[in-house]
Amino acid sequence: MSKRTVIVGASAAGVSTAEALQRLEPSREIILVGDESTLAHDRPPLSKQVLEGTWTPDQAQLLPPARREALRAELLLGKRAAGVDIRARRLSIDDGTQLSYDDLVIATGVRPRELHAPRPNGVHVLRTISECQALRAHLTEAKGGPLVIVGGGFIGLEVAATARKLGIAVTLVEPAPQALGRRIGAQAASRLMERHREQEVQFRLGTGVSGFAADSHGKVTAVLLADGSALEARVVLVAIGCVPNVEWLAGSGLDISDGVVCDEYCRAAPGVWAAGDVARWRHLASDRHMRIEHRLNATEQGSAVAANIIGPLQPYLPTPFFWTDQYAVKLQLAGTVSPDAEETVEHQGGDSYLHTYRADGRLVAVLGWNAARAMMPLRKELGIAARAVQPPAPVAA
Amino acid sequence: MKVKIHTEYCVGSGACVLECPEVFAYDDDGMVTLLDPSPPAELLVKVRRAASVCPTTVIELVEDADTGAATQS
Repeated sequence: MSKRTVIVGASAAGVSTAEALQRLEPSREIILVGDESTLAHDRPPLSKQVLEGTWTPDQAQLLPPARREALRAELLLGKRAAGVDIRARRLSIDDGTQLSYDDLVIATGVRPRELHAPRPNGVHVLRTISECQALRAHLTEAKGGPLVIVGGGFIGLEVAATARKLGIAVTLVEPAPQALGRRIGAQAASRLMERHREQEVQFRLGTGVSGFAADSHGKVTAVLLADGSALEARVVLVAIGCVPNVEWLAGSGLDISDGVVCDEYCRAAPGVWAAGDVARWRHLASDRHMRIEHRLNATEQGSAVAANIIGPLQPYLPTPFFWTDQYAVKLQLAGTVSPDAEETVEHQGGDSYLHTYRADGRLVAVLGWNAARAMMPLRKELGIAARAVQPPAPVAA
Repeated sequence: MKVKIHTEYCVGSGACVLECPEVFAYDDDGMVTLLDPSPPAELLVKVRRAASVCPTTVIELVEDADTGAATQS
């Protein structure tokens, strides 16, 4: 009898795992369980093209029709996993179904982090296609805004750029002194903020949000800041990061402290694997556990898990990579900017810059600002470095 | 084997260029361009990998009916 793999989560990582498994072992039985009623949409366009209205939701589908038809997995959509018995290798679904498996892949992703304040009407988060459509409808209805964005991460900045294209007034609140500063290096971050200021985005830095004011209909009217001031708002987006969807695994015996904790093969227990945003796996080269919430990692880690299910086991050693598009800037980062890294900038002509980050003389990250091609040789160098596993440190008795 | 690319969805992740530089390259804007729209059969595995790692499913692969089955691993 063919072996059965059950994948929980029908978004990028889950679908990538399914496609790779099918490619590697066409006879394997694959069941894909997802809590949305369709395969998830691809998420990067939801803060950009779909929100702006230049793409229809259909254009942001995770798989084009031909690949969807080629996928031979059984789809259990609109279903939520309720628990797992890792000894019996059995998954429980919220409708009472029990599914036995040879291998289970946890790809349940993350959800937006909430503020510790009730959310009146008009305060949005952005993760799913329906949240994108709700935000878009509200931005269209509120015409000129103002939109207040809480959080200066990638989603916050991308939505700021999209909203400015739509002619909406934007204020962005960020408790740190600079948006994205720790993630992409100080010089790249300050040039990016400069672009936003040129587009008349207002920044309120160094202050957090304490809550919201609402009118008698429960609609938001203002964002209340920790420094005691208030910002008028007709629409609010809270984009302060994400938390892993692991609550359903409580009591399973799996370690779920900030994600599903895995070994270097992305294995959480015998026959249990994790991929994508939810997986905190042991990165062998740096000898620490990492969890990466980037789109490319979902694809890569899904493929890696599929390969490890089939065997032989290979440690997962990716070079983290992400991109963001804001106005006419396409920014790409490969590697990880460590706090001690030194940033060097090379102007490539026009609006193109290559940033490199070195720690102890070693290349740790490269950022292309409209410079994808110039990054390539350095990405290869980083990839080789990422796969170079350091000999394990002696273990104290 | 024929390869098609839907460049309007390309985000320039370069994943395909890293997987299969024989067939995929960057254009001047850092987006994907095809070096060889009809790559030889021995590149099938690499082209398939490139198509599968693309985060925005830009790459479409039309396999010849006779070689497709023969090269399934």
